Amino acid sequence: MCGDSAAHFFMMTTATHNEAQTIARILAGEKELFHDLIRPYERMVYLTVFAMLKNETEAEDAAQDAFVNAYRYLASFRAESKFSTWLTMIAINQARQKLRRDKKVGFESIEETIEDNDGEFTPAFLTDWREVPLEALERKELREALQKAVTELPDKYRQVFSLRDIQGLSIQETSEALNMNPGLVKIRLRRARIMLQKSLVPFLKNTPPAYRRFGRAQ
Amino acid sequence: MKLDCKHVWGYISDYIDNSVDPAVREDIERHLEHCEICSAILDSTRNILILTADERTFEVPVGFSEKLHRRLEEEIKKDPESGEK
Ligand SMILES: [Zn+2]
Repeated sequence: MCGDSAAHFFMMTTATHNEAQTIARILAGEKELFHDLIRPYERMVYLTVFAMLKNETEAEDAAQDAFVNAYRYLASFRAESKFSTWLTMIAINQARQKLRRDKKVGFESIEETIEDNDGEFTPAFLTDWREVPLEALERKELREALQKAVTELPDKYRQVFSLRDIQGLSIQETSEALNMNPGLVKIRLRRARIMLQKSLVPFLKNTPPAYRRFGRAQ
Repeated sequence: MKLDCKHVWGYISDYIDNSVDPAVREDIERHLEHCEICSAILDSTRNILILTADERTFEVPVGFSEKLHRRLEEEIKKDPESGEK
C-alpha cells in the first residue's frame, strides 16, 4: 500500500465507488476519510428523518446524530447490505427514538399488515392534463403544493414515498431499510402516489395555462 | 384480458415502476390507447413523480452540510486513537 496519506486523501475524495476500502481505512485509523465517505448521502439521510419528524430543526439534529452514530458504529457495518441502506436504517432508528422520546405515536403501527380497502384510493380525473405542459412543473407554487401534500400524507405512506420517490431508493432497498415486505412497500407506494395525484390535480386544473406566468394570490 | 379503468388505476404505480407482467403491461397499454381518463391519470402521476425526484423540490436546509461536518470533526477529534469499539 502507498504510504502517502495526502495523496490518498485526494484520491478518495472522488472514489466514492470503493466504499468498502474507504471503510477499512477509516477503521484502520484514517478517520478523516469519514467526511468523504458520507458526503454522497447527506441529503438522503436528512430527507429520511425529515419524512418522519416533519420539522427542519429536529430533522437536522437527528440527521447529525445519525451520522455520528454511523461513525461510532462503523466497525459493525457488514457488507451484506449497501452502505447507503445501512445509513438509512440508522437514520430511521434515530428518528424513531426521537418520536418515542417525544411520545409521538409516529411509526409504531408499522407492523400492521392488513391494509384498508383499496377503494378509497382513487385517483382524480382530469381531462385537460395534456394542456398543462411539463414546463408548468417549474412553477414554485406547484413545488410548494407538492411539499405540503407530502407532509399531509399519513405517516406510513409518507415514509415509503420519501424513500422510494424522493430519495430514489429501489423497492428492494426501501423494504430492506424499513424491514418491511416488498409487497407492502408497493401497496403503500401505490396509495401514496394516488393520494398525491389526487391532491395536486385540482391545483393544476385551477391554474389555466394562460395564467401560469402571473403570480396569483393563492 | 380486457381491463376496465378501475383495474388500470390499481396498476398505474407498478406500471410506472416497470414492474408489471409483460402480458398485463400489454393490456394496460391497449387500454391507454383509447382511454383519455386513464392516460391523463398516468401522465399526471408520472409528472408529479418527476417533480418529486427533482432535487429542488425537497432540499436540505442551508448550511446543513457545513454544520454536519463541523460536528463530525469534533467527534473524530475526541475519538481516542484506539477507537471506541
Ligand atoms: Zn381507463
